[in-house]
Amino acid sequence: MDVKNREKLFGCITATSFVLDDLRIYLDTHPTDQEALDYWEKVSKVRKEAVEEYTKCFGPIYSYDVKNKNRWAWVEDPWPWEGRC
Amino acid sequence: MWSYERRLQYPVNITCRNPRLAQVIISQFGGPDGELAASMRYLSQRYSTKNRKVAGVLTDIGTEELAHMEMVSAIVHQLTKDITPQEIMDSGFERYYVDHTLGLWPQSAGGIPFTATFFQSKGDVITDLIEDMAAEQKARTTYDNILRLVHDQEVCDPIKFLRQREINHFQRFGEALRIVQDELDSKNFYAVNPDYLPDLRK
Repeated sequence: MDVKNREKLFGCITATSFVLDDLRIYLDTHPTDQEALDYWEKVSKVRKEAVEEYTKCFGPIYSYDVKNKNRWAWVEDPWPWEGRC
Repeated sequence: MWSYERRLQYPVNITCRNPRLAQVIISQFGGPDGELAASMRYLSQRYSTKNRKVAGVLTDIGTEELAHMEMVSAIVHQLTKDITPQEIMDSGFERYYVDHTLGLWPQSAGGIPFTATFFQSKGDVITDLIEDMAAEQKARTTYDNILRLVHDQEVCDPIKFLRQREINHFQRFGEALRIVQDELDSKNFYAVNPDYLPDLRK
């Protein structure tokens, strides 16, 4: 996968994560809203797939997902605050 | 416990450095209405309520504020990345630079160091939630003030995202306050701490 796909996949993780961040605090005060609960299920699934695909192709964003072979992949890429160079 | 995800909540990619602006925006890192104070406020306050929904709101918003602190820090970092001594002197950055070089240190735009006195944890959930609603409004006003000074779209964009989150959190804290007050009985008409009543009705 190329740079364009990488950005697209990362964008999908950012977007779906944000939906869940916002839904989480909504559900804290509306824990029985069925429509919101269904939306949580739906978006969680998309996010999970995007994170798995990204981790497999480009490396981990979450340290529990680091799969070690002969190197520690967690510290290879730029950190998030570095911005696009 | 907490664990780190290697991403920002909303992207920050600033290509044009501006140390003068960085000195203003740093207030939302370590200033009186900044993200560090917000996070520490909510994460400290959450132990005072027996209401699990309200404790959830405080935990989850307190956690999101950590992500906002990271975004503000990223903005300041990128606005000051590799600035030259000449740029430091021309932008008034020298008074920060002499103590911190280009590192991040939590302070207000006026140079006041971060302190726990920026927030309260009063042990009374109603008192705390009213402070929290005010805190979200104060942070929103600060972002309004910052936005008036920003003309770079790459800076404007994440600041507008952060401003919008203040409005959203204000709404959630308002709902949390309503949840607590709806559970008060007629003897507690004046909304005294519902979770710590001993010796109060003598």
